[in-house]
Amino acid sequence: MTTAIATLQDTPFTVGGRAFQSRLMVGTGKYPDNETMTRAIAASGAEIVTVAVRRVNLDRSRDDSILHHLDPKRFFLLANTAGCYTAEDAIRYARLAREAGFNEFVKLEVIGDQETLLPDVQGLLEAARVLVKEGFQVLAYSNEDLITALRLEDAGCAAVMPLASPIGSGLGLLNPVTVRTIKRRLKVPVVVDAGVGTASDACLTMEQGVDGILMNTAIAAAQDPVAMARAMRLAVEAGRLAFLAGRMPKREVAVPSSPLEGLLD
Amino acid sequence: MEVVVNGSPKTVRPGVTLLELLAELALDPRTVVVEHNRRIVRRPALGETPVAAGDAIELVHFVGGG
Repeated sequence: MTTAIATLQDTPFTVGGRAFQSRLMVGTGKYPDNETMTRAIAASGAEIVTVAVRRVNLDRSRDDSILHHLDPKRFFLLANTAGCYTAEDAIRYARLAREAGFNEFVKLEVIGDQETLLPDVQGLLEAARVLVKEGFQVLAYSNEDLITALRLEDAGCAAVMPLASPIGSGLGLLNPVTVRTIKRRLKVPVVVDAGVGTASDACLTMEQGVDGILMNTAIAAAQDPVAMARAMRLAVEAGRLAFLAGRMPKREVAVPSSPLEGLLD
Repeated sequence: MEVVVNGSPKTVRPGVTLLELLAELALDPRTVVVEHNRRIVRRPALGETPVAAGDAIELVHFVGGG
């Protein structure tokens, strides 16, 4: 069946002019150790991995450069501006990240509140406008608000990344309707970032039709991160395929699956 | 003379360049990004940029993050 073949051959995930096969992006923080991280990332099938910009540890008590454990030729390094609470700080971190020399992409975070780690919309837009003007491909971590998403697209962001639920919460996709609306209204890719807790969350998120998911804690803080990474890979693929396949309509009454004809008297 | 490297005071000899400072700290300039008084200094310029007393230097790299 030609439609089935077309459905099974998904288009690549394209962002900022680059194409990727995997729709799952993973973080590199909070793993019990680097070997587990390396194996989990391999099991996830992710091509894009996020990294943070931090001071070099000068007392050499630990060598914490992530590049000792991740081959930058094999993975696309997406630097974040995690920990930034103002547009100015986020711009500073983004510039430092670009200077590392890998690419001009940045996962822009401007956080507005320590307890919830929810984005500061005003700071986010301000930083996005500056960075876009400087030639960055900005992937903006946003709350799940349509107007914010539209403004970020207008600002020239390469992708908008609404949250499923707060960072590190594992609460799953709290607002599928809004995320679906954002996906429907935006032309740029929509990647859900943060809040996914387990494989069913990832699957449900991809079933909304979004372009991809970025997650970190759900894998890193699992009892077995390598197994969870594999589960997430399968869940993202399953959710994507289910979306492309088109689900059956929901009904509130039963409809028999077996024929009513031919029943015995 | 005293400068501030990654938030901590450090005594260096007068006239030292950023490249020499990195060597003294056993850091590979290819793996570190250098910010000097809030200005990024590109790798080719590290050897031509002297440090002055009181300068603030930030040496950053990529670590694990989400």
